[in-house]
Amino acid sequence: MAIEGKMANYSTSEFKAGMKIMMDSDPCAIIENEFVKPGKGQAFNRVKIRNLKNGRVIERTFKSGESVEAADVIDLDMQYLYSDGEFYHFMDPESFEQYQADESAVADSKLWLKDQDMCILTLWNNAPISVTPPNFVELTVAETDPGLKGDTSGGGGKPATMETGAVIRVPLFVQIGELLKIDTRTAEYVSRAKS
Amino acid sequence: MIADWQPSCSLELLQLRAAVLRTIRAYFYEQEVLEVETPILCQSIGTDPYLDFFSTDFAAKSYYLQTSPEFSMKRLLAAGMGSCYQITKSFRRGEAGRYHNPEFTILEWYRVGFDLSDLMDDVENLLCPLLRDTRFNGSVERCAYVDIFQKYTGLNPLQFSLPAYQAVAEEFNCSDAHQLCGEDPSLWLDFLFSLCVQNELGKKGVCMIYNYPACLPSLARLNKDNELLSERVEVFVNGIEMGNGYFELTDVVEQEKRFEREIELRKQNKSTAVNKDARFLAALNSGLPDCSGLAIGLDRLLMVLSDQNKIADVLAFSIENA
Repeated sequence: MAIEGKMANYSTSEFKAGMKIMMDSDPCAIIENEFVKPGKGQAFNRVKIRNLKNGRVIERTFKSGESVEAADVIDLDMQYLYSDGEFYHFMDPESFEQYQADESAVADSKLWLKDQDMCILTLWNNAPISVTPPNFVELTVAETDPGLKGDTSGGGGKPATMETGAVIRVPLFVQIGELLKIDTRTAEYVSRAKS
Repeated sequence: MIADWQPSCSLELLQLRAAVLRTIRAYFYEQEVLEVETPILCQSIGTDPYLDFFSTDFAAKSYYLQTSPEFSMKRLLAAGMGSCYQITKSFRRGEAGRYHNPEFTILEWYRVGFDLSDLMDDVENLLCPLLRDTRFNGSVERCAYVDIFQKYTGLNPLQFSLPAYQAVAEEFNCSDAHQLCGEDPSLWLDFLFSLCVQNELGKKGVCMIYNYPACLPSLARLNKDNELLSERVEVFVNGIEMGNGYFELTDVVEQEKRFEREIELRKQNKSTAVNKDARFLAALNSGLPDCSGLAIGLDRLLMVLSDQNKIADVLAFSIENA
């Protein structure tokens, strides 16, 4: 909400998990907010905050009643288009508006981005600051040692490089060219995907 | 979207609430302490510099939802009511969180002729039977503020030293402390107490901390043997503050001075302005009998009794879906 060109403020009494605020000139998200009122004294809010640019978690204490600047941060569902080597390009499938994110915004998420897949793009002041891949993606195996044919035991496993460059552990029976379902939160193999 | 009409807590916890209320009423009935009711909506409000309140108006006058029933109950005591208790709703604006709901249930009682030590016996007799079947049935501790503060911080709470206090805050990973507390010793004490001491109190049962430093007296009288201490007690269970009590201040001149100091502090803090409660002062002037009183947050007591970790878990409808 822009009021006379200035961002809105949040009072500590409005704090809750998920709220986006400015802290040390970076956009941050509140993870945990604890209201503390010792005895008859001044009340405090002890807050755990994630810096949305670098992912670092810090703890801060505010006097209750203080205000902090709201961060103009939104999460949008976007389609990943392609990388030109320098920038990663995304498109809003409804407005067809395109955004480009640099390497630092995409960070490790690039390991899970496949052309045309949907993901969440986080914009700060309308510029991408981070990318969150879907919880599950389907990727093709680009490289892996040929395992023993017919080995379906769960034990062991071997490394496999996916088409995006991600390296994950897969069961021995997985072959080059197969499509796999992968949990991006843990970087773990889930199953073979039906192609 | 379907409106969130369902209760915040389980129905079993509302049954527990009813049972606890029954036990408390039985205790005070047996002790011959009278149950009373006083208005929630009053023409005056306390001057406590760190309490905010809700207000409204009626017939061209301002009215305030009470932050506790203390002043009305003391007016009854001054009128000769004798020992009395009440269970009522109180309201504190801006207080919402894991342990706070802006509207909450308070148990407040006054015992004529009791000093602080008698009051602590009373708390023990009331709470121990309630806690009997929980994991907090282990112990009742009483500890002087000076000793417990010294134990967990190594600091003397009666001797303020900014560098020493700051060093302890940093040890506890709180470098914001100086910015928050400035050079106000009472803010520092409350802050360090909540940061370093409180969580350790009452892990196995009831813990009562008494004789708070005189800079944190509120409505307690000062200790007659040591002017640096006040006759105030706080009750903790499982690191949660349950209640606050005093050997009550009866000196109207001293009370009026404290009101003025707090009104001044509210002005400095740019808090909503309040006036001294003239009816309460007139009651003190006519004579409040020697008495001790304590207030317990009943919702927090229910949290402890039912092992819930947020206040919304014991309320029919918390502020979120009230």
